[in-house]
Amino acid sequence: MRALFAAAAAVGLAFFVLPVAAIFLEIAPDDLVGRMGDPVVRDALTVTLKTSAVAQALILGIGTPAAYFLASRRFRGRSLLLTLVELPIVLPPAVAGIGLLAAFGRLGLFPTSIPFTQLAVVLAVCLVAGPLYLRQAIASFEAVDRTLVEAARTLGARPARVFARVALPLAAPGLGAGAALSFARGVGEFGATIMFAGSLQGLTQTLPLAVYSEFDRDFELALAIGGLLVAVSALVLLAVKLLVPWTRFAPTFPFLSAPSPSS
Amino acid sequence: MDALRADLSVPLRSFPVELELEVRAETLALVGPSGAGKTTVLRAIAGLLRPARGLVALGAETWFDGRVDVPPEGRRVGLVFQEFALFPHLTVRQNVAFGGKQRRRLDGAQERRFRLGRHRSGNQRADELLARLGIRRLASARPSELSGGERQRVALARALARDPGVLLLDEPLGALDPHTRGQVRAELREQLGRLGLPTMLVTHDYADAAALADRVGVIVDGRIVQLGTPAELLAAPASPFVAEFTGVNLLVGTARPAPDGLTEIELADGTRVRSADRLEGRVGVVVYPWDVAIARAAPDDSAQNHVRARISAIVPLGNRARVTLGPLTAEVTEASAERLALRPGETVVASFKATAARLTPLA
Repeated sequence: MRALFAAAAAVGLAFFVLPVAAIFLEIAPDDLVGRMGDPVVRDALTVTLKTSAVAQALILGIGTPAAYFLASRRFRGRSLLLTLVELPIVLPPAVAGIGLLAAFGRLGLFPTSIPFTQLAVVLAVCLVAGPLYLRQAIASFEAVDRTLVEAARTLGARPARVFARVALPLAAPGLGAGAALSFARGVGEFGATIMFAGSLQGLTQTLPLAVYSEFDRDFELALAIGGLLVAVSALVLLAVKLLVPWTRFAPTFPFLSAPSPSS
Repeated sequence: MDALRADLSVPLRSFPVELELEVRAETLALVGPSGAGKTTVLRAIAGLLRPARGLVALGAETWFDGRVDVPPEGRRVGLVFQEFALFPHLTVRQNVAFGGKQRRRLDGAQERRFRLGRHRSGNQRADELLARLGIRRLASARPSELSGGERQRVALARALARDPGVLLLDEPLGALDPHTRGQVRAELREQLGRLGLPTMLVTHDYADAAALADRVGVIVDGRIVQLGTPAELLAAPASPFVAEFTGVNLLVGTARPAPDGLTEIELADGTRVRSADRLEGRVGVVVYPWDVAIARAAPDDSAQNHVRARISAIVPLGNRARVTLGPLTAEVTEASAERLALRPGETVVASFKATAARLTPLA
């Protein structure tokens, strides 16, 4: 019986690890590093870093106060609102892409010339990766002991000071983990981006889009970009695990299971 | 020194909290069982909870009167939370300085000093407070490194940092282990005495209330059933509940004069006891546990009252033991309890003098 369970674990693990390992087995380390100089890679890396940075700034800048508001207020329809926030997480990215076109396309609800620009990449990333941060941030603010907030107020702190000196520092590890997750998700964004922003080299072609456009033209280059993305993902995961040291096995997507803000 | 006035009505799930209080430069303890609404009173005064109606005012400053509702940060209240609620991410000094940083409304001279930079910085003031409470050496420590007693003092220093006009303490000794409790209680009493602020504390322990407060209010189901000095409550508990809480014996019965000039009281179970006090009608007989003696057989002594009853419990209290027998509780030394080999279930005789049976009229 125990052997059966162990075998299941072995097969599952091997299946998860194999594709990642295959990338590094199929291309020699020298070649992998050498191909980083390729203009396609450099353009894609620049676009990815630029759009990710702007998207993250928007997500953190708007998401943090929004999460604090949603975490500290109780009002009618709050659960509905929180469910709506989580919807994009489970939505197929292609649907997010077509939705963005329907909203901001030239023939959309609010006609703009955003599609197929770098701003379109930023918006696609925000829509797909933002909710990850928002949900994690809400859970982190909810986990801050209410008594500490009340103590701060009785000590004369106005709401802005309570936020800056008490809530924000205490929620910081959780916020950091959320930011890392949404960053990773944003860097890997594919479906919504290709539909709403296209895949124009040097303008809207991010690293994952470059993998796709190169794989039937230059398989080795696609592998090299894949290796780069694996490295980025591994670093993000490591950062998350370091930021949330008090959970032995922190589920990286806690919001998909029952949220436990107090633990 | 401005007095705190609170006239509160707060609906809770099972009963409303309704009470009216005035606290001058003194310590008032609200004592009562858990869930009696004690913490609710403190929260309403601090502004963390909005009463349905009522008034909260410090001197001429109105904090709440139905139309006015000053937020907690605008009330000059120092609240010490039950578990102390120290900020875990800040050092002791930063915790204390947190309360002292915001600028109060300054008068002209203060404003000039402030501009000239001659005001004391938050950290300096924090260090002064820490020194006053004897914990200057802990300034750089984190709350997680402190003992219960040390946390309590930090919480008090932090609450004092904003120069409160009223000090509120929620179960100030509740989070401490029995070992440190006695010492912290003595320290706290001394500190509260020195501060001379209107102070209100809540506790479920009458001994703590009696040790710390000038006046004690017994609160049950959101209402104060009796308010008085600890001595008054001991001498004349207004109800069996208050008596049980203070730990004195209260026997309820009907009193009438006896031929020998004493008063005879017939209790509900037919037992008769005699008192030297003169009172008639429905009365409470207050007997302090330390005035009750225990013997194996009815002694031939000067005591007028001998009650034969079974021992239902013996609780050791340091070098004394509390013996519950029938309607009475007796406090005897551990040595006496051992000499008499008292065991639960045994029938013994409790004696007390007529002069130790004090009568208090009951409604």
